[in-house]
Amino acid sequence: MSNSAGFPLPSSLKVVPGTEQAQAAYPYYTQFAPEDDQRFWFYNSMHFPEPMSAFDMVTAEAAYCALGAANTRVHCLPTTLGIDHRIINGRVYIGGNAVTDPAQIASRTAEFNQRAMYYYANWEKLYTQWKQKMLQLIKDARALPTPVLPELEPLEHVRAGRGVASNHYLLDTYQRTLEGYFRMWHHHFEFLLLGYGAYMTLFAFCKKAFPEISDQTVSRMVAGIDAEIFRPDEELRRLARCAVELGVDGHFREGVSAQDVIRSLEGAGAAGRSWLEELDKSREPWFNVNVGDGFYHYHRAWNDDLSLPFAGLPGYVRRVRAGERIERPLDKLQEGGRQLIADYRELLSSDEERAAYDQIITLAHRVFPYVEGHKFYCEHWYTNLFFNKIREFGALLAQNGFFASADDVFQLTHYELEAAIIDLMSAWSNGSAPRGPAHWPQRVAERRAAIAQWAKHETPPALGPVPEVIDDPAIVMLWGITRESLDEWLKAGTGADSNEIRGFAASSGVVEGPARLVRSVQEISKLQPGDILVCQVTNPTWTPVFQKIAAAVSDIGGSMSHAAIVAREFGLPAVVGTGSATTRIRDGQRIRVDGGRGIVTLLG
Amino acid sequence: MADSHVDWFENIGLAQRTEVGGKGGSLGELVRAGHPVPPGFVVRTGAFERHIEALERQAPLRGAVERLDPDDLDALRIACGALRERVESAPLPPEVELEVLAAHAQLCSQGVATVAVRSSATTEDAVDASFAGLQDTYLWVRGAREVLHKVRSCWASLYSVDSVSYRLRKQFPEREVAMAVVVQAMVDARTAGVMFTRSPTSGDRSVITIEGAWGLGSAVVSGEVTPDRWVLGKITGEITRRDISPKLIRHVPGDSGVEEQPVPQDMRSQPSLNDEELQALRNVGRAVERHYGCPQDIEWAVDKAGRIQLLQSRPETVWASKQAVPVARAADNPLHHVMTIFGGKR
Repeated sequence: MSNSAGFPLPSSLKVVPGTEQAQAAYPYYTQFAPEDDQRFWFYNSMHFPEPMSAFDMVTAEAAYCALGAANTRVHCLPTTLGIDHRIINGRVYIGGNAVTDPAQIASRTAEFNQRAMYYYANWEKLYTQWKQKMLQLIKDARALPTPVLPELEPLEHVRAGRGVASNHYLLDTYQRTLEGYFRMWHHHFEFLLLGYGAYMTLFAFCKKAFPEISDQTVSRMVAGIDAEIFRPDEELRRLARCAVELGVDGHFREGVSAQDVIRSLEGAGAAGRSWLEELDKSREPWFNVNVGDGFYHYHRAWNDDLSLPFAGLPGYVRRVRAGERIERPLDKLQEGGRQLIADYRELLSSDEERAAYDQIITLAHRVFPYVEGHKFYCEHWYTNLFFNKIREFGALLAQNGFFASADDVFQLTHYELEAAIIDLMSAWSNGSAPRGPAHWPQRVAERRAAIAQWAKHETPPALGPVPEVIDDPAIVMLWGITRESLDEWLKAGTGADSNEIRGFAASSGVVEGPARLVRSVQEISKLQPGDILVCQVTNPTWTPVFQKIAAAVSDIGGSMSHAAIVAREFGLPAVVGTGSATTRIRDGQRIRVDGGRGIVTLLG
Repeated sequence: MADSHVDWFENIGLAQRTEVGGKGGSLGELVRAGHPVPPGFVVRTGAFERHIEALERQAPLRGAVERLDPDDLDALRIACGALRERVESAPLPPEVELEVLAAHAQLCSQGVATVAVRSSATTEDAVDASFAGLQDTYLWVRGAREVLHKVRSCWASLYSVDSVSYRLRKQFPEREVAMAVVVQAMVDARTAGVMFTRSPTSGDRSVITIEGAWGLGSAVVSGEVTPDRWVLGKITGEITRRDISPKLIRHVPGDSGVEEQPVPQDMRSQPSLNDEELQALRNVGRAVERHYGCPQDIEWAVDKAGRIQLLQSRPETVWASKQAVPVARAADNPLHHVMTIFGGKR
């Protein structure tokens, strides 16, 4: 591949005609500028596979603020600073800032040695502290009041001499909501790059010692058996067993909605009530997982939409009834992990190498609980609270005529939302009508239409000149982007008429069957036993459906994603990170999934 | 049986290499480690020496070789032809002949009808690799007389033009030339091939590479058929590559030894091993490697009943001879390993 090869320049990428107003809504600092043509950018399809609404963009902003701060100024990673982001047609493009000046690398290395190394040396203590901080943050977020505007200030506020009227608390709650979200992301990145770095160190060692070792094998060496992210599914298995033990298992049948199951249990006497109590125990906190990665307001939590967990219950109930032990065999899994490490150790060529391997494995094990566990607290639990609080503002604004529905609120940027709240506060205080109802509905409609348009337009995987090398550990670690993968992308752009789709080999095995496209959690019920799940993101919270499918294919995700781990536990072939499975595979089409090679073949 | 000229596999090992050769010793090791090996015995080097000694008494043999000029090809060809003829046609020393016949009869009494007669050289590994190729192996040998003949043929192969000129160039003393011969039940293989307990391309010790094709292994070893090729995780068992080749011919036993035969149309593009067999081979390969303590190059066959049989195992030599630089060394501060990621590639 010659050096002149490259992707389209940012300036050549046009806003889809008719969506210019919607594009202009995104903050000025996220719009591409002429000088951006000098740099390499890539589409962050891993985290943001669909066009982002104006509000949801807050996640990109908060995350990159925190990621950059940790890399650039807190731990001082020697060869990389933070990540810039730009938005066009609702797509998030990002570009890294590598450090290449040897003098600067040297001085940053000295800083890294006393900062990052302190974290590594005190990992367990700092991680325990981190969990407490996260739980406190979650507690604070839950304590935020529901935004309301009473007709008159309650009399007790007057008598208590509160002095501050209710409209002020709208702004206060909103700002604290936003503040908490930005703060949460700092905690998210407090350890993340360091954790991945230690994991990548093991990865690099294994790839050198065993050039043909698969990514999944390395991740199996460190994967936690009892990480938080497995808990939601484990709770479901527990509930299935409870249902059988309480004799209410007849209520769990395929195709019956969660509401109907609950209603029938409510009328099923003491046993039914007991099961519902058990359900409540599981729901807090374990049903605070959302059905995506937490980056879209419409990826609702199990707690907000029970259809996903309930879709998994009939299958588990059936297996319990058949006398199967459905609890995950923790001892066996743990023993398997230990054996794997020992077996590879034996193959190393010298005791010298074995000593290094032991050190590197030990460090990877120390950091991995964070790498696996943080998502539950950050992307799931906290993010659900955040989006739900914003939804409450949406409901209040909708009541006051700003929107047709509460979810319209997500079509406003976080700045615009603050303006709308102040509009409402002013109107309430002045006794006049808010301006919002005349202002927002048209814009909301325009932006919804724009997102629908953008979703139909393919966007280039990358923009700008291809760098000589990609040596930025953050980019390599988090997105798996290397010079080789860019060359693949460039090739893919030249002719994609083959009947093969390539992705990461996530879980081995070869299976043929009908593809079932599941675009949202509402479509989960379409899955029939033996179907091959094809979706944008495979997420650990989808675990319950893995028991009935034959294989899984996703647009995004890496081979160390939890979905890959779950697929391996179920022994299902899986190919993840294909980039295009949901656009190239038709619903019902016969496909072959080769999870060992990472290839999906279109058959019919 | 210390003085005898014949040893059964179960009584020998690599420790007796100088008397039973590398192939014989290694088959003995495999049998004693409990691996499936077709039954057989070794005609020890002592028998070869007796045979040569008897010939020396009639006319000088070793001296005749040492006087040859490796660069005078014509003379070499004529001399070697004569030497080969002498070694091959002279009857075996009677006590050797009796023992070989008795052992062969015992094999036949176990239901063995045909055998492979294979040279088993005593030279060191490094030499062995290139030397072994110069010596003969006879497959599908039927009847006692024919076995006796092929034992002499194996010995005679030491006096081929290639073999002799190789020794002359290496200035290998003729006194030290010796050969044992393996006589082993023949496997009527459905599928056969080779297995390396590391990657021949990357040297990776965590994978096993298996090559196989329909029929006897000779078609694979001689390169007459492009075998199917699989790469398996040695530890995980994951099959990471499956290259199924069109297999047009196969070697099968015929009336006069091995015959080439076209593969039936419907079998050509079929994989010659199923996943279960691949996994069974992987387990055997792993165990053999563990037994020897280093990666192996193994010849195997799967018989018509689907049973695996090992025909040979020797240490892998290509990667083993490369000076390995440790991937990493233990660090005084274990945390500093992360600099391989964070320190940049400069």
